Amino acid sequence: MTHKRKAAPIVGLTAAALVLTACATSERDEPADTGTDTSTEGSDSGTFKDVFTFGGAGAPVTFDPYYASDGETFRVSRQIFENLIGITPGTADLEPELAESWEPDDSGLVWTFKLREGVTFHDGTEFNAEAACANFERMFDQNEVGEGAAYYWGSTFGSFKSDAANSLYQGCEPTGDYELEFTISRVTSKFPAILSLTSFGMQSPKALEEGNANGIERAGEALAYPDNANNPVGTGPYKFGGYDEATRTVTLDRNDDYWGEPAKTKQIVIRAIPDESTRRQELQAGGIDGYDLPNPVDWQGLTDAGMKVEVRPPFNVFYVGLNPTNNEALLDLRVRQAIYHAINREQLVQSQLPEGASVATQFVPDTIEGYNADLEPYAYDPEKAKQLLADAGHSDLKLVFAWPSEVTRPYMPDPQGLYDAIRTDLEAVGITIETVTDPWGQYLDKAYTEYDAHFLGWTGDFNSVDNFLASFFGNLENNRFATNLQDFGAELSAELVAADGIADEAERTAAYEEINRRIMEEWLPALPISHSPPAIVVSSDVEGLIPSPLTAERFDTITVAGGN
Amino acid sequence: MLRYIVRRLAQLVGVTVVLSMLLFFWLRSLPGGPVNAMLGERATPDQKARLEAVLGLDQPLHIQYVAYVGRILRGEFGNSSAVLPGADAMDIFLARFPATIELSLVAVTIAIIAAIPLGYIAARRHGSILDNATIVGSLVGIAVPVFFTAFLLKYWFAVKYGWLPVSGRQANLGCTRITKFFILDGLMTREFDCAASALKHLILPSIALATIPFAVIFRITRASVLDVVSEDYVRTAEAKGLTNRVIRSRHILRNAMLPVLTIIGLQVGSLLAGAILTETVFNYPGIGEALVSSFRGRDYAVLQILILMAAVVFVLVNLIVDVLYAVVDPRVRTR
Repeated sequence: MTHKRKAAPIVGLTAAALVLTACATSERDEPADTGTDTSTEGSDSGTFKDVFTFGGAGAPVTFDPYYASDGETFRVSRQIFENLIGITPGTADLEPELAESWEPDDSGLVWTFKLREGVTFHDGTEFNAEAACANFERMFDQNEVGEGAAYYWGSTFGSFKSDAANSLYQGCEPTGDYELEFTISRVTSKFPAILSLTSFGMQSPKALEEGNANGIERAGEALAYPDNANNPVGTGPYKFGGYDEATRTVTLDRNDDYWGEPAKTKQIVIRAIPDESTRRQELQAGGIDGYDLPNPVDWQGLTDAGMKVEVRPPFNVFYVGLNPTNNEALLDLRVRQAIYHAINREQLVQSQLPEGASVATQFVPDTIEGYNADLEPYAYDPEKAKQLLADAGHSDLKLVFAWPSEVTRPYMPDPQGLYDAIRTDLEAVGITIETVTDPWGQYLDKAYTEYDAHFLGWTGDFNSVDNFLASFFGNLENNRFATNLQDFGAELSAELVAADGIADEAERTAAYEEINRRIMEEWLPALPISHSPPAIVVSSDVEGLIPSPLTAERFDTITVAGGN
Repeated sequence: MLRYIVRRLAQLVGVTVVLSMLLFFWLRSLPGGPVNAMLGERATPDQKARLEAVLGLDQPLHIQYVAYVGRILRGEFGNSSAVLPGADAMDIFLARFPATIELSLVAVTIAIIAAIPLGYIAARRHGSILDNATIVGSLVGIAVPVFFTAFLLKYWFAVKYGWLPVSGRQANLGCTRITKFFILDGLMTREFDCAASALKHLILPSIALATIPFAVIFRITRASVLDVVSEDYVRTAEAKGLTNRVIRSRHILRNAMLPVLTIIGLQVGSLLAGAILTETVFNYPGIGEALVSSFRGRDYAVLQILILMAAVVFVLVNLIVDVLYAVVDPRVRTR
């Protein structure tokens, strides 16, 4: 081979590189000032960094929260969008946000909202009554695909325009530039609290129209979102800066025209890091400034390493669901009570759950109106459990008892550990356990029909007993406890509907307290185990994070020390 | 030769059709479906059933298959339901594929650069301490699972000493994307900080991934060189008084490279398997990571595309290796 021939590939490659370089130009406006790894610090504004980088557990499903039901979408949406009604930071209580006040008429069906003036969307469109009503009309008027995808509207308002008569939503009418009337079909404890759901954030009517917001379609066996879902325009403290799929990173830029206190940090970057241990390592290495739901076993280690583990007030319940579909023994109250008495929940909470967890006395946490403070926890009493089983004629009780693999939930940080502890307790009173474990998706389906006992739980969406109890037992024909087979099932569902419809708050609270008592003392359709506080962790440089019991933190109060 | 290539490509079409059919039915026989992942734990059976009906997932499988084939013939590969919901599955493949190629290329390059010279030297110094040490080293490379190597590398060099990034593919620098090969993009657009960041993110995953092909290439090179050096033509070359360099390059390495080339081609399959683990450990957004997340979320469209394209790439790479084989070995050409 001659030297010429040897050099040919090198010359060719160099020429190709030159040609490529000539036709490629940087689309970047300026040299990077937003680097988030340890090698590229952000530029500074005094003593604080310009960028707060957060490790999410996944990428957002969509940037239109109306079609979403996942935490990662909502984490991003909460920074961009605001609702008529907000949540007081650090609590589950309602507070004015884009509406300054709201008032029902005497019937409780027509609500007048007075809106905040001087608010504009990120695209410059004015926020007013017309814009707010355009949003609700857009949510109501969905095509068939949209109806299937809009989980939160379906769960709260029931029906869409195609079945208007059965919808809680009956209309939104502007009665002035900054005043509107919102009509509902029946009195419900959920209203107006449901308007605080992230899914119902106010979007720019101009962006909705230009992005053909309701043009959601089917594409193969999945959905095709319209342009609006890639161009979220709200009124919140941060504007959408972009999403880079190649690095799975969302960038949010401060909205300098924000009507309220401007965000303290110029930019938020949310990186999708699905693996929890990688999130922890990134935090330790300085690649991110915080992440959600650290594993409780890491809390101490993270604290020792100088991180701030912010424990949220528990607003959830973890329960053992019982389902008599394939096991008639579970139709007997004594059997259900026996199982409950057999579980050493005090020990379980101390050994398996993080600090701040508590033994549940009922299906709702104690911060909710309607919580019954008089209820005592079922005592751990194996002898009583054996006696109850004997009385019921089920001393040889067998249970198909399932736990979900490959998943942790805020209320259930270590399903296998919890399962092992509970199974040991149940076997100690003579119950034969057939262990089943299934992956999460399959598990959720099978809990309806195939398992005698299973683990699940719930984190509240807003401060409402109904959000917990009606989700569990409200749908008589279709719930994971098959209460339709129990003699009390219909009564329980009816009581929940009746209490939900009481307009007077004090009267309603009393009704829910009584339902909570009857559920625990008379019916016991399932076994509430514990309330467990989920945590969020940030580096020692981060100040101003307010942990939310709803896991609904806004990042506009955050500063990150360390700028030059 | 051309006829041979055409025949192999025709076989590829057949393989793809059969595989797509198997994939379709296998995926749908898996428990749990995409709707669970889409609506989450709170959805009631009614809500799931409604969405399943909307997406046609309530139809009998053979009807779903006919619809699927119809869509494929129209060039519609379907949208993602979990990896990047709403995005075209093919776009996801095209976005993720360069990441895995970039990772694999660097890994294979590291493996070849390290393994062939080491294999040659080990063979030429057969029985020496160096020979034994490299054999033990390659055994470790084969025996230790790649995710463990990846985890160790990550812990020491990223978490403990902070020399390299823990995870990801590039820092958030607002880089321009052209080919989606980040190093190349950075060089082309003169965004050198972007290229440097991509390279830094590549070092640990590619070293971890390189351990498998390194061990195999090293052992094959060593064995092959040992075979070749005892051949008559090498002795003849030595007797002719040719320089060591000429003997090494023309007579030993060229002949010893045939099995090595084959093995490099075959390593592509194990590289993909290794990439799944490496990408997961380093949260590196390539094909492997997408395979894991699409499997978890039962993202049918993305899973189908990824597996099909992986199969196509595997077959094509083997074809290329076979052609290269013919280039290197004149005997193959004449057959």
